[in-house]
Amino acid sequence: MDLSSNIPSGPLEKKWEKHRSEMKLVNPANKRKYTIIMVGSGLAGAGGAASMAELGYNVKCFCYQDSPRRAHSIAAQGGINAAKNYRNDGDSVLRLFYDTIKGGDFRAREANVYRLAEVSVDIIDQCVAQGVPFAREYGGLLDNRSFGGAQVSRTFYARGQTGQQLLLGAYQALERQIGLGQVEMFTYHEMQELIVIDGRARGIVVRDMVTGELETHMADAVCLATGGYGNVFFLATNAKGCNTTAIWRAYKKGAAFANPCFTQIHPTCIPVTGPYQSKLTLMSESLRNDGRIWVPKEKGDKRPPGDIPEEERDYYLERMYPSFGNLAPRDISSRAAKRVCDEGRGVGPTGLGVYLDFHDAIARLGKKKIEEKYRNLFEMYERITDEDPYKVPMRIYPATHYTMGGLWVDYDLMSTIPGLFVLGEANFSDHGANRLGASALMQGLADGYFVIPDTIGNYLAREKFEQIPEDHPQVRAAQAAVAGRTQRLLGIQGRRTVTSFHRELGKIMWDHCGMARDKKGLEEGLAKIPGLREEFWNDVRVPGSGSELNQSLEVAGRVADFLELGELMCLDALERDESCGCHFRTEHQMPDGEARRNDKDFCHVAAWEYTGEGSKPIRHVEPLTYENVELAVRSYK
Amino acid sequence: MNFTLRIWRQKDAKSEGRFVTYGAKDVKEEMSLLEMLDVVNKGLIERGEEPVAFDFDCREGICGTCGVVINGRAHGPRAKTTACQLHMRSFRDGDTLTIEPWRAVAFPVVKDLIVDRSAFDRIIAAGGFISAPIGSAPDGNAIPIPKENADLAMDAASCIGCGACVAACPNASAMLFVGAKISQLALLPQGQPERWDRVRHMVAQMDAEGFGTCTNHGECEAACPKSLRVEFIARMNADFMRANLIAGRRAAGAEEGEAEGEGEGGGA
Repeated sequence: MDLSSNIPSGPLEKKWEKHRSEMKLVNPANKRKYTIIMVGSGLAGAGGAASMAELGYNVKCFCYQDSPRRAHSIAAQGGINAAKNYRNDGDSVLRLFYDTIKGGDFRAREANVYRLAEVSVDIIDQCVAQGVPFAREYGGLLDNRSFGGAQVSRTFYARGQTGQQLLLGAYQALERQIGLGQVEMFTYHEMQELIVIDGRARGIVVRDMVTGELETHMADAVCLATGGYGNVFFLATNAKGCNTTAIWRAYKKGAAFANPCFTQIHPTCIPVTGPYQSKLTLMSESLRNDGRIWVPKEKGDKRPPGDIPEEERDYYLERMYPSFGNLAPRDISSRAAKRVCDEGRGVGPTGLGVYLDFHDAIARLGKKKIEEKYRNLFEMYERITDEDPYKVPMRIYPATHYTMGGLWVDYDLMSTIPGLFVLGEANFSDHGANRLGASALMQGLADGYFVIPDTIGNYLAREKFEQIPEDHPQVRAAQAAVAGRTQRLLGIQGRRTVTSFHRELGKIMWDHCGMARDKKGLEEGLAKIPGLREEFWNDVRVPGSGSELNQSLEVAGRVADFLELGELMCLDALERDESCGCHFRTEHQMPDGEARRNDKDFCHVAAWEYTGEGSKPIRHVEPLTYENVELAVRSYK
Repeated sequence: MNFTLRIWRQKDAKSEGRFVTYGAKDVKEEMSLLEMLDVVNKGLIERGEEPVAFDFDCREGICGTCGVVINGRAHGPRAKTTACQLHMRSFRDGDTLTIEPWRAVAFPVVKDLIVDRSAFDRIIAAGGFISAPIGSAPDGNAIPIPKENADLAMDAASCIGCGACVAACPNASAMLFVGAKISQLALLPQGQPERWDRVRHMVAQMDAEGFGTCTNHGECEAACPKSLRVEFIARMNADFMRANLIAGRRAAGAEEGEAEGEGEGGGA
């Protein structure tokens, strides 16, 4: 398996510029001769589809939702980073680059991260031009706030709805191209299979979720921008529909899956309340600008928070990480919360919770200012918990939020299957072992608006494409595989619902491949998952038929893939015998409980190759070389 | 808590629909309405019946996918709350809940509680954007925008496109949805060049989709989970009238520059 990253030569800050000037181009009159498939309509998908259509390519865009505006990018709350240095606080492209590399615990590629930091400034300009109503100051200029893992204020925001506003900007650009006929949009369509012909990605099989019909769409290149796979844990902050199916199908067709075990557990989510719960809700990291996190100093202190005097509270993040305080990175904050709860100092009915307290901020700034900054978040919290966070501290606990792992891509965002490009959270490329807050929106839009429009041409211009007949054996085979799978799922007619299997898988993943992992636990996980998968294929009950809108069938297909992915995640976590970022192997920790990396043996990307049903996948390695930063112990103290 | 549910069941767009009564037992007050429906569906599947199809995705009130009419009110009894954020503590033990889909000619039922809202996408495609091709933007701070206008634009932009405004309106009008997008873009300097064409194109598409017209009932504002105000409809109407005057003059051969000069520079 070829894992050449194709990083351009030359100094770090010139690589992208040099590469762009050396790329092959498709001339404007020829662009209309190409068709590109984009699966997904979030920031990366809608952004990429719109920008390629603007260049003149014919784009077919697919989403499983009823409208491209529903993509889960819409739920991002806090903000988007950009190295504008509008605050005059010492920010620069180099500093954003360094913060991101360090935040990822030195497990991302230097060149990719530098490019991300470089185009971050253009993203803000682009969004403003589209009419994104970012927060502004009284002078009319753009406002900023701070996010975790940074000591500058470089996060642009639109109240607590930044993802929504950025997505609507991209959605509107996409709708404009749909109106112009340059993008053909397929809503309620879910990708079921990738079609690979002569080693190149040439099409997809999709299911029309309203009629149940299977359709085949052919193209000259296929882009996947289908988001992350955090729903493997069942309870996650992801939208219910988020799934791994598109990238998992691609993996099984030969695309390498990189660092599958790198999953971000976000420290500030509303705690679990009961066994019927369908999802977890995030409370934005931006709240940690003003909220202070604490637990009682004493174990089992059941007094209401207001009755616990100041000197009996442990503001543990401020105590342990004085220079970053409540804005320590997510992996570190999550583990700290787990630790104090494991010590018996957790709060709330389950003991799995810590306080996020705005009392001091309200006293300092007034309730009105806090409302202006966080109103929608406070309302959301109140709706779910029936508690008023202006009066009582919020209770929060870590939950699965984002997946840094994903399909392996080179510098041009191309996977190991030529012609298959992967954008946004679906790829593995920029966040290493831990993503910093406000960097997901940045990466989605960087990939969609500024990287793929260039790199797709560099691919198309170098290749020749013949017309594929509709009855090509590979097309037929892909269609038959999807039809067979659907029939198999419907034919089992067992006793258990799909969701019951999903919950059980989620529990295995959380217990064995969650915030803290060890060899024994991972081996147990690896032993349990195949059995659950077998039971699923023997005892699941999917009602209804395949020729209608059938939500159980949709979920069944996704859960079937999660049941395979979960095993790969455990395997990857087991083989990565070190701690780094989110991946905390309890065998490898510093005396103070911080992650202990092993750069000698694991300073690399693990990229897994599918080798067939029931056969162990092969672990390939792309070494990471650091020429511009020094591999250091990550310290936020 | 126990509830009696009367739920609208309809096989597909072509079939007739009807209410079917189900019982929901041992409901916890911390459950959301959709989690309660999940439990009902689990029971149906286990009994070999077809589960109720309903729309949802993020389940945190931002994606705009979910939406049902509960006892005659779009998204249910709680103000500023989507169906997915509506918790069962908002109801009384023993209540009967009648749950049905959005009712509007422009939103045909797809199945059970799911409706087709693609009309909203087509209205946006007709003009709900600023034409700013990627790569052509000036510096983000090149054009200062008064905070008041930026905040008001943000209020308008918080629309989640759920369609509750249409469902609540006796005329099934989409004018709050359309007015919100028109207001957002008209309040920003970047939105000025296309302002007058935008409002005409979007309104034409809205009419073509079969939505009704506003007669000032204000139900949309009451039902809107994001508290969008009817003020945005007034802004749209004002822009629409002026846009038609400009278009009329253009058609009469008046100087284009003169007509364009009537536009408000900074909006608001």
